[in-house]
Amino acid sequence: MRGSWFLPAASFLGFAFLYIPILSLIIYSFNDSQLVTVWGGFSTRWYGELLNDAQILGAAWISLKVGVLSATIATVIGTLAAFVLTRFGRFRGRLLMTGMVTAPLVMPEVLIGLSLLLLFVSMELALGWPSERGMVTVVIAHSTFCAAYVAVIAQSRLRDMDDSLEEAARDLGAGPVRVFFDITLPVIAPALVSGWLLAFTLSLDDLVIASFVSGPGASTLPMVIFSKVRLGVSPDVNALATLIILIVAVAVSVAGWVLYRQSKRG
Amino acid sequence: MSSQAQPAVAADLRPWTDPDATPFISVKGVSKRFGTFTAVSDVSLDIYRGEVFCLLGGSGCGKTTLLRMLAGFESPTEGKILIDGKDMANVPADRRPTNMMFQSYALFPHMSVEKNVAYGLLREGKSKPEAMDRVAQMLKLVKLEPYAKRKPHQLSGGQRQRVALARALVKQPKVLLLDEPLGALDKKLREETQFELIRIQETLGVTFIVVTHDQEEAMTLATRIGVMTEGEIRQIGEPREIYESPNSRFVADFIGSVNLFEGTVASLNGAQAVVDTADLGPVTTTAPEGVSVGQTVTLAIRPERFALTRAAPAEGTPNTCRAMVRDMGYGGHISSYRLKLGNGRIVSATQSNRLRDEDPIMWDEEISITFPPPVVRVLTR
Repeated sequence: MRGSWFLPAASFLGFAFLYIPILSLIIYSFNDSQLVTVWGGFSTRWYGELLNDAQILGAAWISLKVGVLSATIATVIGTLAAFVLTRFGRFRGRLLMTGMVTAPLVMPEVLIGLSLLLLFVSMELALGWPSERGMVTVVIAHSTFCAAYVAVIAQSRLRDMDDSLEEAARDLGAGPVRVFFDITLPVIAPALVSGWLLAFTLSLDDLVIASFVSGPGASTLPMVIFSKVRLGVSPDVNALATLIILIVAVAVSVAGWVLYRQSKRG
Repeated sequence: MSSQAQPAVAADLRPWTDPDATPFISVKGVSKRFGTFTAVSDVSLDIYRGEVFCLLGGSGCGKTTLLRMLAGFESPTEGKILIDGKDMANVPADRRPTNMMFQSYALFPHMSVEKNVAYGLLREGKSKPEAMDRVAQMLKLVKLEPYAKRKPHQLSGGQRQRVALARALVKQPKVLLLDEPLGALDKKLREETQFELIRIQETLGVTFIVVTHDQEEAMTLATRIGVMTEGEIRQIGEPREIYESPNSRFVADFIGSVNLFEGTVASLNGAQAVVDTADLGPVTTTAPEGVSVGQTVTLAIRPERFALTRAAPAEGTPNTCRAMVRDMGYGGHISSYRLKLGNGRIVSATQSNRLRDEDPIMWDEEISITFPPPVVRVLTR
């Protein structure tokens, strides 16, 4: 197969299939024309218009806050779950718990969104909290499914970690809690950083779950874009989408780079 | 450290020969089971202050589990462990007077060399300047002063090994536990490090318990060796004792190479016995106590103990027979031979090459092999 045209051609086609739509979106974001499908020359006017659009700026701010908060909560919960699953040896139901932690990865988002909505509504009736749906409920919802991703990343790092590191610290006189903060946490920190970044981008991207659990005045950026597109695609959406792609690409690359650097060091 | 007086008489260097000496570490009837698997089975041993005790055995023989029980990472299913007279049953790993050097070294990857070494001192509540003073002394002892600020991944294997050693010794533990301390080093470095370890052990006077699968390493380092297999200790003794007077076929075969011959005791005259063997004919030897005529025994002869000669030895010389040289390997300092006896049995023998201009015994020569009574060891199990 080596040297044949087949592999390069296949990979070219594959990547073209994946990236031509995104590329065309980026190109059209610099389109001067009002009409999305007609090229009217290069311009950055739609980027300028974005900055004057209060609705979009507000939604972006909400998305950012939701992303940071839920990524942080997800990192804490996911790390604890991973620690329990890897460090407490074999206990009854460990396999079941491992499966359950990762289930949100494959569960349809509609289901997660719907079930969380039902939970929030019944909690409001029973406990009076959360009193209305808004940013708080979106943060809770995003934390839960992002925690699953963080747990998977942290788990694989904890499993790779040499057990004798923790034993060595015990041997040198550190109690179990001390060992966790002195040794375990710093060693898995790069995995947690990349887990956080991944959780942040997942939260930033999510439309379906947010639509279910959000309330008035707390529309996230994807929700605003989606409602704008339903009224007809305007060129400024292209510009916005391009910016989001940029942010996500940077976050994912940083996450990948952090993990790669660590795996190289062993 | 230097305040400790040097032992004045030779007996002090071998406290295990004195029945009144108090052991420093006592392992009493210790067993460890994981589910249905028995990793360590009813092990008892006494280790004295200042010893270098080697637990020697193949992988899965339970030696590491025993070491981990001493460190406090595993607790015995049965039996107890005393260190300096204190029962260790309820003492967690971080409170034991032991420190361990791990096989993987287990250096903290996010800390520099000096922080790794200082970690134990800071946990003990030492002030930072005091700890750093001690760290500097320790790094000097292991000759790593220029590397204090480096991270572990910037060091070579041998340097990492010395950091691990310094970190384990800095708290001046009563006992240092070493799990395959030289396992990850290449052969040349291993030989240098062996002597380095002994130098440090003698400087500090710490008791060492070393786990190893490498018998040469055990022989060089140890004051005494415990040979382990299948969770049991088969023999405890000084290296020379283990090599020269193995108590069983297993130990004889495990330590060094050996030729084993089956035979039956034909006659006994005091301590002198004649054993009839199919391979060597009648063999005169010294019998251990309790052997009776007609008993089946095994004779063990080390390859280097055979004398090979072209000429037949004088008439009446005991323990000699003829053999053909099947194979010969020149190894520089020694030559090894594979010899075929009259009945087809192959035995191995080595000869040291003392002279440069020797006319060596070569392939297909018929020679005489002689094994005087003292070189033959009678084994009953």
